[in-house]
Amino acid sequence: MTSGFWSMGGYARYVWPCFGFAGLVLGWNLWAARRLLMGARMRAARALAMAGDAR
Amino acid sequence: MKVGAWRAFVLIVYRELCLSFRRPEHLFQPLVFFLIVTTLFPLGLSLQLSQLRDIAPGVLWVAALLSSLLSLDSLFKSDADDGTLEQLALSGQGLTLIVVAKTCAHWLLTGLALVVVSPIVAIALGIPTAAFATMMMSLALGTLTLSWLGAIGAGLTIGLRRGNVLLSLIVLPLATPLLIFGAAATERAISGTSAVGALYFLAALCVFTCTLAPFAATAALRITLE
Amino acid sequence: MWTWFYKLASPPYVYGVAAALMPWLLGTAALAMVYGLIAGLAFAPPDYQQGDAFRMIYVHVPAAIMSLSVYMVMATASAVALIWRIKVGHAVAAASAPIGASFALLALVTGSLWGRPMWGTYWAWDPRLTSELILLFIYVGVMSLRSAFEDHARGDRAAALLAVVGVVNVPIVHFSVVWWNSLHQGATIVKLGAPSMPGSMLWPLLSMWLGFMLFYGAVLCTRVQAEVLNRERQAAWVREAIKS
Repeated sequence: MTSGFWSMGGYARYVWPCFGFAGLVLGWNLWAARRLLMGARMRAARALAMAGDAR
Repeated sequence: MKVGAWRAFVLIVYRELCLSFRRPEHLFQPLVFFLIVTTLFPLGLSLQLSQLRDIAPGVLWVAALLSSLLSLDSLFKSDADDGTLEQLALSGQGLTLIVVAKTCAHWLLTGLALVVVSPIVAIALGIPTAAFATMMMSLALGTLTLSWLGAIGAGLTIGLRRGNVLLSLIVLPLATPLLIFGAAATERAISGTSAVGALYFLAALCVFTCTLAPFAATAALRITLE
Repeated sequence: MWTWFYKLASPPYVYGVAAALMPWLLGTAALAMVYGLIAGLAFAPPDYQQGDAFRMIYVHVPAAIMSLSVYMVMATASAVALIWRIKVGHAVAAASAPIGASFALLALVTGSLWGRPMWGTYWAWDPRLTSELILLFIYVGVMSLRSAFEDHARGDRAAALLAVVGVVNVPIVHFSVVWWNSLHQGATIVKLGAPSMPGSMLWPLLSMWLGFMLFYGAVLCTRVQAEVLNRERQAAWVREAIKS
């Protein structure tokens, strides 16, 4: 079964890139969302710090 | 002095027509673009006239779409730039009436003009004269729908940098059904089969858009103007 | 009960709920997807027509369904934001757009890879494929319009209007296989009557669908937190929120 699994009945060169791209897209979603949130928190902290200094 | 709604509509359409005829180059540019783009295809593909017939409906419609897009930018822009649009909005006539009037005028000046010029382009592309009636009907319905889709897009993109590119990006995906059915209608007319189904679909799209788009375009203008 | 509803319009409440929910959504998404992948790749029997190539269904179909569902969420949030002027709606719409676009792209690419062995071509100008491509273009249009405005509030409203206008495409994508002669397969799950797929193939698919939905929820939570922060930077609650 293991050899058949990797070759996917001969369709391996379509099936595995397919799942690979899916993994990429899901991974990008997680990474980009995380990056966006980190950036937003940093900018908010900076804005609050500047407002704090102004007082 | 309270001006009635119908009179206001006629006045605004008349104003648009007058302003455009004072600058006739603005009228001719989209038409010339239409002619030039259609000539690019036969020159680039170096096909016989009989072979051109196969791609003619698509080429015709793509060229009509692109040249309509060119003229859409000016639908609200010049009035927005000098403040006339805000004055019209404050005039008490209702922004929807103004939007309907301006879009109707726009279609008369560009869409209808395109329909009138289309036989010339059709001859250049080898479309048989028997198909002209269907072709012009489909273009008339399609350009009217496009004027309304363009009104929504123009309302959203007034005053933006790179507004025209964004306008195309917004309007073209929404206009693809038009392209598909318009080209199908023309293609059926060329091959001699009945184009009635495709024309009915185009008419349905046109009615759907003309009914709902005025409200979307008014909402778009309110967003941009306020 | 309605007070819960009103709370959803409050940015600090939404920020807190999103922060709390996200790990749960991501965890359950991972579980659903692990089961779906293992059961789908290793244990579901090969299709008698398509052989092992049918297994691409386990990412293609969830991605396609989600590309439409996310658009509906985006359009609904946009409508709510426009009609009742609830800014959180704009945050949800802005957060959903890139996720939905990525799902649409995933559906198109996986569909293309599936089409090559099955139909003999990477692409066909078929009603379903074309309308899904248009959906991707509309997503891109909404995102571009939002970022083109210097006044972010105005950009939000313009993008919201465009999202609502573009919703006409969603039924076209779904019903394209019914209305036209399409190369693409017709409805097998979301239709009247029993699904026309055996259980051993169906359960992993439903699990992957659930997994994608939960995944969208998790990513949405993170993005909504960011979008809410960006729109409320100076507000008093932000000070406490970012300390955690």
